[in-house]
Amino acid sequence: MIVETEGLTKRYGSTAVLAGLDLKVAEGSVLALLGPNGAGKTTTIRILTTLTRPDGGAARVCGFDVVRSAADVRGVISLTGQYAAVDEEQTGRENLVMIGRLRRSSRSAARARAGELLERFDLVDAADRRVRTYSGGMRRRLDLAMSLVARPRLLFLDEPTTGLDPVSRTTMWDAIGDLVRDGVTIFLTTQYLEEADRLADRIVVLHNGGVVADGTADALKNSVGGTRLDLVFSCAEDALRARDVVGGVVDGPTLSVPSDGSAAHLHRVLDDLRVARVGVLRVSAHRPTLDDVFTSLTAVAA
Amino acid sequence: MTASLTMVGRSIRLSRRNLDLVIMAIVLPVLMMALFVYVFGGAISPTQSYVDYVVPGILVLCTGYGATSTAMSVTDDMRKGVVDRFRSMPISGFSVLTGHVVASVARNALATSAVVLVALLMGFRPSASAGSWVLAMGLLALYVLALSWLAAGFGVIARTVESASLLGFFMLFVPYLSSAFVPVATMPSWLRAVSEHQPITPVIETVRALLNDQPVTSGWLALAWSGGLLLAAFGWATWLFSRISRR
Repeated sequence: MIVETEGLTKRYGSTAVLAGLDLKVAEGSVLALLGPNGAGKTTTIRILTTLTRPDGGAARVCGFDVVRSAADVRGVISLTGQYAAVDEEQTGRENLVMIGRLRRSSRSAARARAGELLERFDLVDAADRRVRTYSGGMRRRLDLAMSLVARPRLLFLDEPTTGLDPVSRTTMWDAIGDLVRDGVTIFLTTQYLEEADRLADRIVVLHNGGVVADGTADALKNSVGGTRLDLVFSCAEDALRARDVVGGVVDGPTLSVPSDGSAAHLHRVLDDLRVARVGVLRVSAHRPTLDDVFTSLTAVAA
Repeated sequence: MTASLTMVGRSIRLSRRNLDLVIMAIVLPVLMMALFVYVFGGAISPTQSYVDYVVPGILVLCTGYGATSTAMSVTDDMRKGVVDRFRSMPISGFSVLTGHVVASVARNALATSAVVLVALLMGFRPSASAGSWVLAMGLLALYVLALSWLAAGFGVIARTVESASLLGFFMLFVPYLSSAFVPVATMPSWLRAVSEHQPITPVIETVRALLNDQPVTSGWLALAWSGGLLLAAFGWATWLFSRISRR
């Protein structure tokens, strides 16, 4: 296990951001930590990258304890934070050479590595311009390149595409995909199911500082059903009666039922309701959104 | 060592590119000096030529501007996430702050040279020997180094760049409560007690005595204040930096 946490806790004032987090990540895999704002994603990354100390529990990265052996942890990881940590008044090349020098490369080795990364991230034309003039997508690419100067074993990406336009987002995904093929272990956080789906082999859903689901993207989707059926009744009472028959979540006169999207399932739901003599006014089918995943997962957790 | 040198290179490059900061650090003290010499100088009229009296005070005022910009650039790094990147790398907190401190001392050296040059044009006639010049500049450098570490510490704890700039208010105010612009003897007795015992007065008095070839009476005191401040501020700033992870 390249990352291992046991009962990790962290409080900020009266808010428990992490309430006993247990995680294991295998070397060479891609883990996506999925969750809404405030779920504890960034705090988890900050603890694993030695930026913040946990209040309780333990965390090991590459076998090193993040508190007692912080310096060893820093030697094997890289972090690309939520906000591009680049110097605006330095050029892209200067930023990269600086990181190489801080990683104790010789001047010429640092320059050579900067050149390679500029090429790989399509920043050659902008290499000698100040970062101040870069677009949001270029900044993120430079930020990612800076994390790769030292060829880390484990790369942390905190919301790598938040705030990017669709084209830049795809470019970032391709770049991250290349890293995966190179065998780098990736630990990323995201708010987008699509991003987790595309990049990760395993998704951990975080809610209120704890894990509420853990599995592959497919397993996660199946757990909420591929599709959601919204059944509308004439009154809330009917909706409640229908829930007792077919399950689901009630919101006023509407009942939402997880489904696999098949015609057979729809038939079965409607047949069951006819037998129970509950009249349905309208039916609509929805593809699951991240909201559905959370609604369903947090309903189970509560 | 490489890490510290790289950080020094970074900070110097960043301050060279932030021209308005450098211009502020040089132009403001020069304007203040002109103000004191041409506007207040006649009214204050001390025993010696006022420009000879006031130059050491202006040099110390300069260090206040320098310290403020240092605190602001440290806070800027802290807020922008750049420090998070550095802290997740195997380099010491010492090297991150050293970059800012050394650049601060370099900016101050530039400002000091500009003030001395303009002062010479305005009639400043120091009678110091080469040895006294070296001693005066050495003491000033030690004082600037101490103040820069203090500023770095403020930069680490300040929540916003604006609150870091508050340091400037103090750094610019305190010299007025010293012998920088008028002799302490002219102040009311309660204020005299404050002025005579604050660290800036012995530094100014020593620099003034050295440059004007007068007997140095508070040299050891100035050295003790500056050295003590340097040790305390260095310890405080690096301790603060190492404690960021507990927040």
